[in-house]
Amino acid sequence: MTAEKLTRPELVCPAGTPASLRTAVDAGADAVYCGFQNATNARNFPGLNFTPAELQAAIAYAHDRGAKVLLAVNTFPPAGQTDLWKEAIDIGAGFGIDAIIVADIGVADYAARRHPGQRLHLSVQAGAASPEAIGFYCREFGVKRVVLPRMLTVAEISGLHQQIPCEIEAFVFGNIGMMAEGRCSLTNYATGLSTNMDGVCSPASQVQYEEDAERNLTTRLGGFVVDRFACGESAGYPTICKGRYHVVGRTGAYHAFEEPVSLNLSALLPDLMRAGVTALKIEGRQRSRAYVRNVVAAFRKAVDAVLAGRDPEIASLLALTEGHRETQGAFQGKTWR
Amino acid sequence: MARDETAQPGRAPGNQAGRGSLRESLRDLPRHVLAPLPLAPLQPVLRRVVEHVAASHRELFGRLGPHAGKKFLIDPTNLPFVLVLQPDSIQPQLVARRRQPVPLHDAKITGSFGVLFAMIDGRLDGDALFFSRDLMITGDTEAVVALRNALDDLDENVVDSLAAAFGPLSAPARLAASMLRSLTAEDRHDR
Repeated sequence: MTAEKLTRPELVCPAGTPASLRTAVDAGADAVYCGFQNATNARNFPGLNFTPAELQAAIAYAHDRGAKVLLAVNTFPPAGQTDLWKEAIDIGAGFGIDAIIVADIGVADYAARRHPGQRLHLSVQAGAASPEAIGFYCREFGVKRVVLPRMLTVAEISGLHQQIPCEIEAFVFGNIGMMAEGRCSLTNYATGLSTNMDGVCSPASQVQYEEDAERNLTTRLGGFVVDRFACGESAGYPTICKGRYHVVGRTGAYHAFEEPVSLNLSALLPDLMRAGVTALKIEGRQRSRAYVRNVVAAFRKAVDAVLAGRDPEIASLLALTEGHRETQGAFQGKTWR
Repeated sequence: MARDETAQPGRAPGNQAGRGSLRESLRDLPRHVLAPLPLAPLQPVLRRVVEHVAASHRELFGRLGPHAGKKFLIDPTNLPFVLVLQPDSIQPQLVARRRQPVPLHDAKITGSFGVLFAMIDGRLDGDALFFSRDLMITGDTEAVVALRNALDDLDENVVDSLAAAFGPLSAPARLAASMLRSLTAEDRHDR
């Protein structure tokens, strides 16, 4: 690789707990994103996330080490129940959070009006992928960065970069789900709880695992069998979109929506940086410190290598991926099923 | 979607047929060798461990929320006993029991001792262990997720901290922890 002048991207890393946040910062994160222990963020799992006091301490820890903290308030409040979201915005802004990640236009509007100096990022949950949609959020709410849905090629991102007045953040690693992000109602259909409003995809309270004597594993969500894994077969998350089903016209169980694979764009890092991506995002607030440490360290090393004009050699992260398979998804090219 | 998968689809690395049967036998050896030993000497050690964690990490109970009083059956498959954990904020309990009769529990967590130890020690990721079928949970999934997240918020040195709690025996406890790390690292590579 020839040395070329690339702008240093921000490595944006997940944290589900204060210990994970410290781990991410220590492993080389430029910014860490996290959420409160309620429905205001899209990883509302039991035992996960931050109390206000924990967030305040986490911000101090990160700032002392030159890292930023971004607060995800990226779900959609049900009608007439916006107080929780407003409170989250107020607390974050009061603590001096570096940016708040929003999806709902009402929440964005509240943040922009109540805290005009507060930096806002547009969540992937907003599903904004066109110059017109992104431009609207920038114009109306002063959004400074958009987290792009995982449905664009690198070439399309490059084209978009020329047409929008804000920074671009792109996912580079982690779970990859339905392409119309922020609009998935599969969990809602199966459980009555909403990914987008309650902040939980496949709520653990409605997940059941069962292994028979031959170690065949059955996973259920809300009474629906999502998948059956033979003994020795890699398992996936108990999400409707990654399950196998009997479909008309096909023999045997079939991944009717998506296959359990994980996004890994380590090989495309130079292309993304040339395309104008300002921030590289790692998915996985629901994952452990071990995941955070390994993935963040690997991407820190890879990004630094690219900036130094070397090829981005990245340690194998396959063991951490769902289904033990990796994909470049739509980023490399759209080979739709 | 694109199909540029880089691994054999659908096969868990830890469970490839015909691999490591001798190592697996060695890993399971403690279950047989230690079986005749009584559990009584283990109970005060376990009590000390759970009381130390409960006293020094009160934030853990906030994360557990309504699941703090539940009973978790932890089954280290290569040991001749199971553990029953009740992370109650006032009277936490961790006791060893024989597998039969099956102790009362709300949720069960199954894996080799090495896998469970490395997860508590912050070295292995629970989701990855589930994907590879090295970790299995049944029963109250929500309670297990809360417990997993609560324990994962403990600092990296939790095992060392536990060792320090053994007072004059802390040096041998640290040595034991170090040896366990080495042994379980072998187990990890074996997977």
